[in-house]
Amino acid sequence: MTTDLTRLSLAETAKGLKAKDFTSKEVTASYLYAIEKAEALNAYVAVTSDQALDMAAQSDEKLQKGEGGALEGVPLGIKDLFATKGVHTQAASHILDGFKPEYESTVTQNLWNDGAVMLGKLNMDEFAMGSSNETSYYGPVINPWRAEGSNADLVPGGSSGGSASAVAGWLCAGATATDTGGSIRQPAAFTGTVGIKPTYGRASRWGTVAFASSLDQAGPIARTVEDAAIMTTSICGFDPKDSTSVDMAVPDFAAAVERGVKGLTIGVPKEYRMDGMPAEIEKLWQEGLAWLKAEGATIKDISLPHTKYALPAYYIVAPAEASSNLARYDGVKYGLRVPGKDITEMYELTRAEGFGREVQRRVMIGTYVLSAGYYDAYYVQAQKVRTLIKRDFENVFNDGVDAILTPATPSAAFGVADQEMKSDPIKMYLNDIFTVTVNMAGLPGIAVPAGKDGQGLPLGLQLIGKPFDEETLFAAARVIEKSHGLDFTPNKWW
Amino acid sequence: MSVDADTVKRIGRLARIKIEDGDVEKLNGELNTILEFVEQLSEVDVTGVEPMTSVAPMALRRREDKVTDGGYPEKIVANSPLSEDNFFMVPKVVE
Repeated sequence: MTTDLTRLSLAETAKGLKAKDFTSKEVTASYLYAIEKAEALNAYVAVTSDQALDMAAQSDEKLQKGEGGALEGVPLGIKDLFATKGVHTQAASHILDGFKPEYESTVTQNLWNDGAVMLGKLNMDEFAMGSSNETSYYGPVINPWRAEGSNADLVPGGSSGGSASAVAGWLCAGATATDTGGSIRQPAAFTGTVGIKPTYGRASRWGTVAFASSLDQAGPIARTVEDAAIMTTSICGFDPKDSTSVDMAVPDFAAAVERGVKGLTIGVPKEYRMDGMPAEIEKLWQEGLAWLKAEGATIKDISLPHTKYALPAYYIVAPAEASSNLARYDGVKYGLRVPGKDITEMYELTRAEGFGREVQRRVMIGTYVLSAGYYDAYYVQAQKVRTLIKRDFENVFNDGVDAILTPATPSAAFGVADQEMKSDPIKMYLNDIFTVTVNMAGLPGIAVPAGKDGQGLPLGLQLIGKPFDEETLFAAARVIEKSHGLDFTPNKWW
Repeated sequence: MSVDADTVKRIGRLARIKIEDGDVEKLNGELNTILEFVEQLSEVDVTGVEPMTSVAPMALRRREDKVTDGGYPEKIVANSPLSEDNFFMVPKVVE
């Protein structure tokens, strides 16, 4: 047995298992060993070794008989936001101390139905609120990437920082993640991995700890576009238990990966060219356009005039929904309880101790914008602006644009405990400036590694698609993946 | 619009989060930074624009009004910090 098994892509792993080149027990043991050696990354909050080896043994039985699903025996990491029966599920929050659900989320159940093996639960920003994975009760996740010639720890992005770090650091073959404002795509861009947020309604939200219900969507973080496509096919599907789940057939996304971009029209929104945008981001963007053009796509300048309002509207809608969703954490039904002299004090003390600072801040903003006298000025106004943001996209798609290419983030990964980000919450929020529009409009968006900055750190490009047209995103992202000619393998230091 | 110290305490009470006196000033500043940032939305002309209620053009599904689940109270209280006879236990709320 060799730890090299952890270096295979998810597709190669699934293929090797089916060909009996190695067993699921061998791959699973390799990953468990790698996880044990990677404590410095702090990517996992719970490792389910026994369960993983049991699941692997069951997969091996099926594989021996030539049976099993698309992911049979493939070891995955699961973001701590997904309910996993009998297993640590805390959204990386203190307030859910000891919570072990009696049920399984639909997304993870879909993966197990296809034969996947669970390695454990992945660290994340508390309740998925953050862009650097520093708000976790379990401490920050560290990016496997470091700047050339530096030993400084970098953030993996957030909120799915554990997922991104684990995939980039060979601690799982692929990971589940969730995206409310950019929480799949931004960490994918920071770690040289591929992350897709499917169209709202594609993947069931049932059993996923809710942050902002009209924006939350599950998706994968993976090492390649093909891997992401395979996982997306598995996790998506109609679920009667989620009232916003869309009853629509899920295509075999992997079949679309090599489709190419010939004849497609790719939009370039001028509003994404921000003041003070680093030259290397602009260069990356132009390169991406050149690669798509070389493969037969037509490039078209477009305008999405309400882009600049997406982030402020998000910081009304998301906290408003969060303040409502997080009302359930009261010290009564699950998790932490701090006793008080009466029930109100018990609620107040429990929530003061159980929620971290960023979560408290957002719950309070949400409470304020929904409070009597402010609802119309803030919440209704934001939802109207949201209609306009969605209309911007509808207009360009109606004008013949098939997908939109933008940078994924305004910069590469930054340092842990960055003072500027720490002192100004808006600076941290600006990380999601290119990704948040997609959530506001419910569209699919993929982040794919495309280049490196001056310090050798990964940079990603984002493709935004029409509703339910993830296939075009996989095809276009694959063209970028084939064109960049770079190695997105971090140097192992941990 | 901005908030003052009293409003911060009031929001804390509404949100059922205990705010320590020493924390009010810092929180006040942070909330105002965020409120200033979202203020730019007021410059958008939204005349005749409907607020979004659903990102996908679909109506919420309805199902038959009958019991389809339940009958396992022990599972419901399994994660409770304090329960007895399948009831959640809380401090006395009615005298």
